[in-house]
Amino acid sequence: MISADIIQIIIYFTLLVALAVPLGLYMHSVFEGKQRWLKPIEGILYKIIGTDPEKEQRWTKYALCVLGFNLIGFLLLYAIMRLQHILPFNPADMGALSPDLAFNTAVSFTTNTNWQAYGGESTMSYFIQMMGLTVQNFVSAATGIAVAVAVIRGFVRKQMDTLGNFWVDLVRCTLYILLPLSFVAALFLVAQGVPQNLDPYATATTLEGAQQTIAQGPAASQIAIKQLGTNGGGFFSINSAHPYENPTPLSNLLQMLYILLIPVAFCFMYGRMAKDMRQGIAIFGAMAIIFVAAFSGTYLAEKAGNPLIADEISQMDGNMEGKETRFGVVNSTLWGVATTAASNGSVNSMHDSYTPLGGMIMLFLIMTGEVVFGGVGAGFYGMLLYVVLTVFLAGLMVGRTPEYLGKKIEGREVKLAVLAMLSMPVGILGLGCLSAVLPIGLESMQDQGPHGLSELLYAYSSATGNNGSAFAGYGAGTFYQNTMLGICMLLGRYAFIIPMLAVAGSLVAKKQTPPTSGTFPTHTTLFLGLLIGVILIVGGLTFFPVLALGPIAEHMAMLKGTTF
Amino acid sequence: MIGKTFRILAFTLTMTILTGLVYPLAVTGIAQTLFPNRSAGSLIEKDGKVIGSSLIAQNFERPEYFHPRPSAAGTGYEADNSGASNLGLTSKVLNDSYVQRTAAQKEMNGNVAPPADMISASGSGLDPHISPEAADYQAPRIARERNISLESVQSMIKDHTQGRSFGILGAPRVNVLELNLALDTMKKTTLNQ
Repeated sequence: MISADIIQIIIYFTLLVALAVPLGLYMHSVFEGKQRWLKPIEGILYKIIGTDPEKEQRWTKYALCVLGFNLIGFLLLYAIMRLQHILPFNPADMGALSPDLAFNTAVSFTTNTNWQAYGGESTMSYFIQMMGLTVQNFVSAATGIAVAVAVIRGFVRKQMDTLGNFWVDLVRCTLYILLPLSFVAALFLVAQGVPQNLDPYATATTLEGAQQTIAQGPAASQIAIKQLGTNGGGFFSINSAHPYENPTPLSNLLQMLYILLIPVAFCFMYGRMAKDMRQGIAIFGAMAIIFVAAFSGTYLAEKAGNPLIADEISQMDGNMEGKETRFGVVNSTLWGVATTAASNGSVNSMHDSYTPLGGMIMLFLIMTGEVVFGGVGAGFYGMLLYVVLTVFLAGLMVGRTPEYLGKKIEGREVKLAVLAMLSMPVGILGLGCLSAVLPIGLESMQDQGPHGLSELLYAYSSATGNNGSAFAGYGAGTFYQNTMLGICMLLGRYAFIIPMLAVAGSLVAKKQTPPTSGTFPTHTTLFLGLLIGVILIVGGLTFFPVLALGPIAEHMAMLKGTTF
Repeated sequence: MIGKTFRILAFTLTMTILTGLVYPLAVTGIAQTLFPNRSAGSLIEKDGKVIGSSLIAQNFERPEYFHPRPSAAGTGYEADNSGASNLGLTSKVLNDSYVQRTAAQKEMNGNVAPPADMISASGSGLDPHISPEAADYQAPRIARERNISLESVQSMIKDHTQGRSFGILGAPRVNVLELNLALDTMKKTTLNQ
């Protein structure tokens, strides 16, 4: 049993790296403009937006284009959700969404969060799923990737003033990376049993004579990009735990690979862009070490099972509440850690019903800013922020001006990095704690005792971290929560993107000095250790007090046999 | 400014057509040609009527059928309303339901305690499978209720146990609806003989 689990983990990792390395190199060629097999479509899109693909933008222009594009996308999505009842492809006759739910959902999908305060099959028509949500699945992912590529250019270019052209990066990412990979995955998923149709919901008469309405829809095409773009918003309410959304162990393996594929590929693309693969490998190493440690912890916690029922019930495969038989504990926890390490947020088991410590590790991964591989693009520029902080702290220790890739890291960059870093604590500890004291916020807690606090923390961490998964017992579908969590999502996305682009804009103009004997190398195990330390200490210490009140207190209570 | 807004709007609409219409409809077209049954939800028909989907759990309460895992989808097994309990392990509600379900299972199955998956609600509320242990656990009841030998029920469970993919991936499992359908067919063939 255990050995079969270990083999599955090894297979997953081997395949992941084997696919991510060539993809990283391919992505490098895409953003260098070397892939041109869809040139005519590219040309049409550039003509419509009115951009000259050869002309690059400074960081301010780049950021304005990101904001403008996301704003229009938000308004469009909001509008069609409010008008759902009069739009086509609506065989189940879904009504218009309420203003607060439409606001929350539109923010959620344009910020690549895919927090869902609704159940897909009971709320959204096929029109919204395809023309609204699937579209944002693509372009919000492409936005994150484009921003990350621009930020990397800031680090690796010498004495320039531009970071690239947002429209060109966006179009190339969608056409050459996201669409082809999604297409292949969608067909694979249908072969495994994921529905792809525009049929009305099926009505079945069961063997015992009851009536069962079975939801249908164009699911596979949306699920493919939901995973690839670390979006995570399920076609069906219960996401990839739904046997239609994820029917077999093979569909599960593919989806888990797609969650981390682009984030891992980013490390190798970065190595190529920096013309020093060791830099990319060092970052990959730091991410992989934290990932394996987090997975081991969650896996062992779930495998140990539920101590409260251990006297009577045989728990051969551990804690199965909220988990599906076909995946078992190993594939449930591997997914859980992958989806919170990346800002994916899709789930194949219910995190709310994990053991307190198993759930805490996933919560912690979100709180650190999802830099362990992280969301497409977002994870990598988040990691570069930690790199800036690490070289700064290392520089303080030895009393030298910190350098990274030959560029001096100075006051402006560090201030901006810390500003970006503040978005997580402000969202989780600021707005989250407001909801922990206001009566209107407290209504959403489902569970009594410390687990109720864990639910709240998870919701605010997930929203601010643009993750989108949930301790789903938390009643987030209220006017108050829709608004507050919507604000958290905006904060977590744009209060991070803008300072990071500013860091890049400041770095891109600097000259690159060749390394001397006094340079602190950033590809060694020493640096790797420091980087991990900074992530754990900066992330961990900020949130340790609330974790002690939530999951840690719950764990202690559980060991004593207390229920709430 | 206004000109630029219209350009962004036109660009977004073009991307919408590309990723929101051309892409999903192309996938639909190809998928329906290559995998007609699977793209349509793996529905099972019996005598020309849809009786369910092989991927979706349906409720079984009668003692002569194998029972699926507990469901928190709507009021239970609502296939247009998937859902989980989402209760934490220290929840009194959850622990009370464990006590109740254990008692109910013991009453039906010769006072033997059930394996964990028979009392814990699945993630989707629509989990079509139970563990082989949970099927074996129910076998004596099925044999008794259907008046057939325990061995024939056990061998049927064995036939319907799906192993790990390639012997490695996932967990061994038994599809409840398919197993119950096979039981019904067996009864008919025995009667016809």
